[in-house]
Amino acid sequence: MKTYQLPEVKIERDKDRCIDCQVCVRQCAFEAHIVDEDGEVYSEDEKCVACQRCVSLCPTNALTIKDNKPFVKDNANWTAETQKYIWKQAETGGVLLTGMGNPKPYPIYWDHMLLNASQVTNPSIDPLREPMELRTYLGSKPDKIDIKMVDGEPVLNTKLAPQLMVKTPILFSAMSFGAVSYSVCEGLARASKELGTFWNTGEGGLPQNLYEYGPNTIVQVASGRFGVHSEYLDAAAAIEIKIGQGAKPGIGGHLPGEKVGAEVSRTRMIPVGSDAISPAPHHDIYSIEDLSQLIFSLKEATEYTKPISVKISAVHNVAAIASGIARAGADIIAIDGFRGGTGAAPTMIRDNVGIPIELAIAAVDTRLRDEAIRNRVSVIAAGGFRNSADVIKAIALGADAVYLGTAALVAMGCHVCQMCYTGKCNWGIATQDPYLEKRLNPDVAAERLFNLVRGWSHEIAEMLGGMGLNAIESLRGNRLHLRSIGLSTEEMDILGLQAAGSPMA
Amino acid sequence: MIIDAKGLHYRELNEQVRAAVAEGETDLTLLNVNGQRYIADAIDTPVSIIIEGVPGNDLGVFMNGPSLVVHANGQDHIANTMNDGKIIVHGDAGDVLGYGMRGGKVFVKGDVGYRVGIHMKEYKDKVPVMVIGGKARDFFGEYMAGGTLILLGLDTGGNGQDEIAGNYFGTGMHGGVIYVRGRLDDYQLGKEVKQLELDDEDRAVIRAYVTEFATDFGMDTEEILKGDFVKIKAVSHRPYGNLYAY
Ligand code: SF4
Ligand code: SF4
Repeated sequence: MKTYQLPEVKIERDKDRCIDCQVCVRQCAFEAHIVDEDGEVYSEDEKCVACQRCVSLCPTNALTIKDNKPFVKDNANWTAETQKYIWKQAETGGVLLTGMGNPKPYPIYWDHMLLNASQVTNPSIDPLREPMELRTYLGSKPDKIDIKMVDGEPVLNTKLAPQLMVKTPILFSAMSFGAVSYSVCEGLARASKELGTFWNTGEGGLPQNLYEYGPNTIVQVASGRFGVHSEYLDAAAAIEIKIGQGAKPGIGGHLPGEKVGAEVSRTRMIPVGSDAISPAPHHDIYSIEDLSQLIFSLKEATEYTKPISVKISAVHNVAAIASGIARAGADIIAIDGFRGGTGAAPTMIRDNVGIPIELAIAAVDTRLRDEAIRNRVSVIAAGGFRNSADVIKAIALGADAVYLGTAALVAMGCHVCQMCYTGKCNWGIATQDPYLEKRLNPDVAAERLFNLVRGWSHEIAEMLGGMGLNAIESLRGNRLHLRSIGLSTEEMDILGLQAAGSPMA
Repeated sequence: MIIDAKGLHYRELNEQVRAAVAEGETDLTLLNVNGQRYIADAIDTPVSIIIEGVPGNDLGVFMNGPSLVVHANGQDHIANTMNDGKIIVHGDAGDVLGYGMRGGKVFVKGDVGYRVGIHMKEYKDKVPVMVIGGKARDFFGEYMAGGTLILLGLDTGGNGQDEIAGNYFGTGMHGGVIYVRGRLDDYQLGKEVKQLELDDEDRAVIRAYVTEFATDFGMDTEEILKGDFVKIKAVSHRPYGNLYAY
């Protein structure tokens, strides 16, 4: 069927600069650059997804990708995008698919929060010269601790639940091998070890060669139970039960058979080429009691030595659900907001289901405090953290730590073209094609990730010092250090924030 | 070695079992078991455990090698995400047996509940096998991705159900094979599967597993094999391949 879809970008090739070297031809898995019979290179705009790979690699800077959204006459309702979606479906009858997190212009609450700093009184601290503690322990804390004196020395007499110690409150979010390439997993694992933090396998199992990074690995148990066995559970530092994901709350996932090559097959323990289907629910969990059963089956399996996390997407009833999860015996609750990324999700779900992580953190923290069970769980927030300011605001709102997914991918080269579901990622990230995967060198990936988190951690330390605090602990849930700007009173109420300009109460 | 489970919380019971296995015990008998969960959870050693009484949910979860014999009914989630080993239940069993099971065997003499064999999967030489002597309720073999399920429909169970299986049989199935001793009406089947006649290879597979099953329960293999079997397989190993607009 002839497509009515129009190109959205324009590839501009500066003919004075182009030397017909064909780098762009080789780099574009979407085949937007083509060589004609005379060896001259030309481009086809409609194939381009604006991943900027060719632009980055063109040796003479001959290429520019320009926005070329089709002009729609005077209409805010029937936008170019709306029309494109309709044509796509009229031509295929299929469900619209996409990758990455919700790109819609919903409010970004981080940009409506301002941090505090000390002046004159309670002087600020310079983290370059004075101790600054970013270390965070993730896991269940006791209601009270009991200390006894032994030979005149105080000794802790309370058995503590297992904890994950992170040197900085930033972890890498679940991204499964299969959805992302092996090099991505290796980069994340190595960077985590260097940084003293954790990466998360997602639901695709742990590749054999990465078992050595077990002490820095959180393994997931999802509804498909891919690659889950006792060795996998034993290898990990913590286990995460995946209930939901911010980009697609309420639905499962399919890793298409094309992405199940030899190594993915070995890790997920399914035949090559077969779809890896994760059902929407865990079929052993239909209630909080059932969730508790799975949590304790994992605790029994690992003899109560590892924290168990439960990951949910931020939905309307997130606070009550989080309370149930805490009471079900989880040590950590991971909450993924609606800007959380994905390798593939139905577009309508990604763009319309769930709530922003900012509101979810505040709602959950408030609820757990009101019920006096905040200490029983740590809260990891996920879903679109863009910079260190977002992270520190999340902690002030009530999170213990954050998960980075998209930001980590961007650090490794992702240009957020949202084509991850095609498996043709030109940056070697969301692909299993060996030719494309080679483009991401795990050494470089690990170094870029390390640098990013190092930079953010320094910035967090600076901002903390500026507030006169010398430990991230002192900021957690300390919403007096935040002020809102340009929000309604209802939003301020949910976030528990006062307006910028109101005095310290 | 005998462990008396009377009055023990599952945590204590399982601790004792793990300690015994760690000390090299190879044959354990658990007496007075009464609903304790997670028995043999993630145990990696091929020990034998006889269970007297009714074990609780998640019997053999993540298990990787042991042989369990239950001389009573079992509950829900038996063989959850099990990797290897064998579980024999001399009575009926509950819902969601063998969820995500990847290897080993489960034999149930009587009837089973809903969603049995859900998302069983196989990989190379690891092929999970489940044989149910009696009848099964809805969603048998749902999302099945690999392995072998055999449903015999004998009068060995106690749930009083007439039909050999419920509805939505094999819904979402995309791998593995199910053999049923009897015929299903087409309306009972999920739309991703079809009924097929057996070939010689199928008959050999059925004979081998039914022989083992009959031996375990002291039944007559030939009597069971006299029944008329049908094979149920997925139409495609990619049931949702054309769902999307690329
Ligand atoms: S898809 Fe990427 S590599 Fe291909 S032309 Fe567009 S920007 Fe260049
Ligand atoms: S991972 Fe690759 S395909 Fe996905 S958005 Fe980033 S650059 Fe595009």
